[in-house]
Amino acid sequence: MATPLLEVAGLSKGFPGVKALDAVDLTVQAGEIHALMGENGAGKSTLIKVLTGVFPRDSGETRLSGQSISPNSPREAEALGISTVYQEVNLIPHLSVAENICLGRQPTWLGAIRWGAITKRARAALARLDLSLDVKRQLSSYSIAIQQMVAIARALDISAKLLILDEPTSSLDKTEVEELFGKLRKLRENGLGIIFITHFLEQVYEISDSITVLRNGCRVGCFATKELPRIKLVAHMIGKAVQQVEALEQKRASTATIRSDAPALRASGLGKKGSVHPIDLEIRPGEVVGLAGLLGSGRTETARLLFGVDRPDQGTIQINGQVVKFTSPRTAIRHRIALTPEDRKVAGIIPNLTVRENIVLALQASRGSWRRLSVAEQERLADQFIQSLGIKTPTREQIVRNLSGGNQQKVLLARWLATEPKLFILDEPTRGIDVGAKAEVEKLIQSLRQEGLAVLFISSELEEVVRQSQRVVVLRDRRKVDELTEAAISEEAIMQSIATHSLERPAA
Amino acid sequence: MIDWLSDLLFWIVFGAILYSLRGKRIFWTVGALALLLLFNQFFTPGFFHLQVLDGHLYGSRIDVLNQGAKVMLLSLGMVLVIATGGVDLSVGAVMAIAAAVSSRLLVTQHQPASVAIVAALLVSILAGAWNGLLVAGFGIQPIVATLVLMVAGRGVAQLITEGQIINFLDPTMVYLGNGHLFGLPFTLTLVLVMLLLAYFLVRRTALGLFIEAVGDNDEASRYSGINAKQVKFLVYTFSGLCAGLAGLVACSNIKSADANNIGLYLELDAILAVVVGGTSLQGGRFYLVGAVVGGLFIQTLTTTLYAKNVSSDISPVPKALVIIAVCLLQSEVFRARLAHLMRPLEKLLKPVGSRFPQNLFSATRHDSPKS
Repeated sequence: MATPLLEVAGLSKGFPGVKALDAVDLTVQAGEIHALMGENGAGKSTLIKVLTGVFPRDSGETRLSGQSISPNSPREAEALGISTVYQEVNLIPHLSVAENICLGRQPTWLGAIRWGAITKRARAALARLDLSLDVKRQLSSYSIAIQQMVAIARALDISAKLLILDEPTSSLDKTEVEELFGKLRKLRENGLGIIFITHFLEQVYEISDSITVLRNGCRVGCFATKELPRIKLVAHMIGKAVQQVEALEQKRASTATIRSDAPALRASGLGKKGSVHPIDLEIRPGEVVGLAGLLGSGRTETARLLFGVDRPDQGTIQINGQVVKFTSPRTAIRHRIALTPEDRKVAGIIPNLTVRENIVLALQASRGSWRRLSVAEQERLADQFIQSLGIKTPTREQIVRNLSGGNQQKVLLARWLATEPKLFILDEPTRGIDVGAKAEVEKLIQSLRQEGLAVLFISSELEEVVRQSQRVVVLRDRRKVDELTEAAISEEAIMQSIATHSLERPAA
Repeated sequence: MIDWLSDLLFWIVFGAILYSLRGKRIFWTVGALALLLLFNQFFTPGFFHLQVLDGHLYGSRIDVLNQGAKVMLLSLGMVLVIATGGVDLSVGAVMAIAAAVSSRLLVTQHQPASVAIVAALLVSILAGAWNGLLVAGFGIQPIVATLVLMVAGRGVAQLITEGQIINFLDPTMVYLGNGHLFGLPFTLTLVLVMLLLAYFLVRRTALGLFIEAVGDNDEASRYSGINAKQVKFLVYTFSGLCAGLAGLVACSNIKSADANNIGLYLELDAILAVVVGGTSLQGGRFYLVGAVVGGLFIQTLTTTLYAKNVSSDISPVPKALVIIAVCLLQSEVFRARLAHLMRPLEKLLKPVGSRFPQNLFSATRHDSPKS
């Protein structure tokens, strides 16, 4: 076999108190799409960051086309031919497409930028992806999917040999993913090596040639995709036997419900101009209501109205039969409503505070500043939730920023459980977290339901919505188009109602 | 002989304090202060001389404490403002307003000192509340919002004093900045009382947690049910109170209210004190005691430069250099680089078997519990 494009041998990297990577090997051939799989905290991100020179490595070797390399910054890595596209689009929305592609390496003449050359170069870069865009238009005027393509075009503009894609599909819909995959296949034919990181198993099987699995900073193994059954992959990732995983997957929400008929929350005609058309919604104690719909269909906007983040300009909210008005999350919290936001980093965690402080925050906020929880009380709460939710952290005084995504999500769940809510709104609680943590979150939701909580569950993954909910409200174009109950709930039914109702002009 | 003994005692106590702080964020601030004092011990004759006159202690170190009171008071307010991700540029101007109000009431209106002091503090609180209103209520960027009062404040002070420099001799007012209590300058007591007040206000209640949460992630704090506006309003108001006290001390020091010069550029010293004290200008985690020690450090530096006869024209240059050095020492990135550079040196020292502190420069975690 020819020299592999990328060879990583015995790579190790430690952080204070954690061994993030322990003698990891990774081999990527030219013209191969190589999936890097593992739970959150398995070391995928760290591996990428070491490869691209964000972190220095502690030991081990990296060879690119047989040459030993050790980049000290992403720029050096790019110059060597390793380009990375991160999960969140790392471009500047207010600049033009061409400027974004050439930013930081603008062709200049006597110090002046050569705009003509920039335009030409940007077109050429996009042409490699069979894209023709108006490169002078502002980037933000294009959809997220197109922006993602622009980010890839930017990465390819430098003579890239190896392209690293970190969760490129998490904000794309199905057709966009297909389109992206088409481009990736073409790049593969051209001899590019691609490392692909994702949490979507189907996508891995659709596109990758081989899979390297990491667990707890160690390499579990490297497999040809064709020879690795899905269930085995999951078992490798979470380090459990295949039978256990099968049991996990087959578990469905039992339809036995403990509901009283009086809804915990009833929204009638609740809406806000430019955000959500008037919507009716009822959630009963002991019930999980799923909110399904495509990205941008108004799911998050609905949650924001229910939690008082945005103020509705029409309609009412009733809690236990009484009309209430939420002017801020604080008023919603006072009525025992909790919400974990879609975007953990922006509206969720307080990154530089400790796990303990993050967990007690909402409870303390509802008590006000004078009735401070004693340190002993705070520690008891933190320990209790670290244990019951299985939050993986060295100590309760660890800074939350240092935890993996799944554990950050658990800290957020703990923050709200500590306030003993009556209604829990979960906006994409499983986004960007791994299989194991996903299963735990799902189990938690079901146990909350059994304790009589009302849950509003928002997710892009229909499969999850179907598994979790006793009732599903389907949104489309920022309005409610359908409501499915128990037996009628299925992925097909939801997709059907999204598709059907999109064809009709909804009556005003 | 006595001097020699008292110096030794001083260094033993100081060393013990420093040792007990190792691994904590404030270690670098206190350590910088120790280095500066050590420099003076050897190169500034008389800096460590102490004498007792009329039962009061006198000496350069006491002067530093007395003169540093203003910046220390300001930094107590400033550190909380900075922790919320803001900054208060108006504290110098508020000092001038407080001085103007008190001396005007005292001299022109013939009011008793108590009335003058209370009124000056109330006006300062009002000024702080105004800043808080602009920042929290109207969402104006803190730099812009407090710049308004920074510029306009001195004008207001001029209006109050009618453009005059008002001199006073009222014993109570003079005592504020020049009196002694327990043999030490009264200003020291003032700083300690305010430090304790601030400590109880933020660390014995949950306010400190809220301040740090708001400064670290404003949006997430709102989602958690924290009243971010109220928190911000409070810290600016408290900063106003601290500035008012500092203004009273400043005019008492010179027994007159000079609206043009009282507290001039002191807002910058206060911001520096906070940064030297280990609090990031980006907000979030804050260090109250660090800010006060930072204020002390800045005053020691100023006094040292005076003592070394550095002319006031060029003194900002060495001052800046020292401050940059302190900030670098606090930077984990810098310490990691330094440790990297020191590696060959450590290897050289190893065979000697010395007890060279191996981890001195390694990145220290500062996420230990606060209490």
